[in-house]
Amino acid sequence: MNGVHDMGGMHGMGPVQEEKNEPVFHEPWEGRVFALRRAMGAWRKWNIDVTRHEVELVPPADYLSMSYYERQFAAFLVLLAKCGFITPKELDAGKPAPGTPVAVPALTVEKANLLIAKGAPTSRDVPAAPRFETGQRVRARNINPVGHTRLPRYARGKLGVIDRDHGVFVFPDTNAHYLGEKPQHVYSVRFAARELWGQQAAQQDSVYLDLWDDYLDPA
Amino acid sequence: MTTNRRDFLTAAVTAAGAALTPDLPHTHDHEHQAVPSDLALRVKALESLLVEKGLVDRAALDTLIDAYEHKIGPRNGARVVARAWADSAYKQRLLANADAAIAELGYGGMQGEHMVVVENTPQVHNMIVCTLCSCYPWPVLGLPPVWYKSAPYRSRSVIDPRGVLREFGLELPADVEVRVWDSTAELRYLVLPERPAGTAQLNEEHLAALVTRDSMVGVAKVAPPQAGVSA
Repeated sequence: MNGVHDMGGMHGMGPVQEEKNEPVFHEPWEGRVFALRRAMGAWRKWNIDVTRHEVELVPPADYLSMSYYERQFAAFLVLLAKCGFITPKELDAGKPAPGTPVAVPALTVEKANLLIAKGAPTSRDVPAAPRFETGQRVRARNINPVGHTRLPRYARGKLGVIDRDHGVFVFPDTNAHYLGEKPQHVYSVRFAARELWGQQAAQQDSVYLDLWDDYLDPA
Repeated sequence: MTTNRRDFLTAAVTAAGAALTPDLPHTHDHEHQAVPSDLALRVKALESLLVEKGLVDRAALDTLIDAYEHKIGPRNGARVVARAWADSAYKQRLLANADAAIAELGYGGMQGEHMVVVENTPQVHNMIVCTLCSCYPWPVLGLPPVWYKSAPYRSRSVIDPRGVLREFGLELPADVEVRVWDSTAELRYLVLPERPAGTAQLNEEHLAALVTRDSMVGVAKVAPPQAGVSA
């Protein structure tokens, strides 16, 4: 979707402000939100692309005025309700609806440690022929899906060169909408900065994006 | 600002409820009761609810928070960089197959399942961003700082990398090639910064102590050791 989250190349956001000796979490609740999202993710009712898309659906003015963890929390609440984990009534009351069966947590300490150490790879060991090879010229497709995509606006329609083939990965545009993993090759594609931004960019500079087969055409 | 955020959270809960039970009546009072007044309280209330429903184990939450607050951070990446500086064979392995080389030092896992390391040289400067969200190589750098997740960094690093670097105090010569890596997929990037002058005698541990988080994101260089510290 052409949302405000797709902000590469935008102006007017101000200077980058670095905080010295920044804590990992500024408030304890941020850490709780961070951990709760992983703990509930272990129920496998959603995937990483679903969670990213839910954050993108935060209305643009709110998206920009909220902190990272505020956005995460807001999107998390929506997901929890969409997936039937909680109801507004329960949130109101702060306790489960009467008669709700008590579950056994999906994420135990042992599984949390495993998640930290192993993660959740999104590469897939399935046969999928690459559509492109290293060194090949490609053009990023001009697509404007209303759903989730990882092809930023600033690269659409632009010419690039395949820098390397990373192998086969889950395709976010379908996975975010529970439409299947559609595994395909992901490539690092080099775009000259001047192709993206015109003559104001330095001649030798470039931006590399990781793009799926379905985002590219031969050029 | 705070009001807007609260209003949105209220709206989020309302929308969440609407998605679940479309005909649920939402009175004004109801909406405000749905979201406690303070964000910390609201998170706490949600946690209690999820724990009481048996959906979440508090000890697992504590494990996750403790790992990223105390165990996993840029010191990991600094050790990788120091090893690469000290051992050229390791550096070759790191650049060719980052996952395996990083695993040699015992690092890897969530949000670092597929790693790529890019090398800075006197001619080439690499920097990392995620314009679409805030992807970052957790196993080697920990969780990202606020500026990395901020609109200014995400919007400008691809269109004006040299301007962004200037704000970090790094003025690159005009003839240096800047490569910006936008983490649009599940590959996670780590910059191998240039080894500073005056470090020939340093062991890996001392080298690692010089390496900053910012240098591994590519918004800074590694400063040479200060006089008297390098021994």
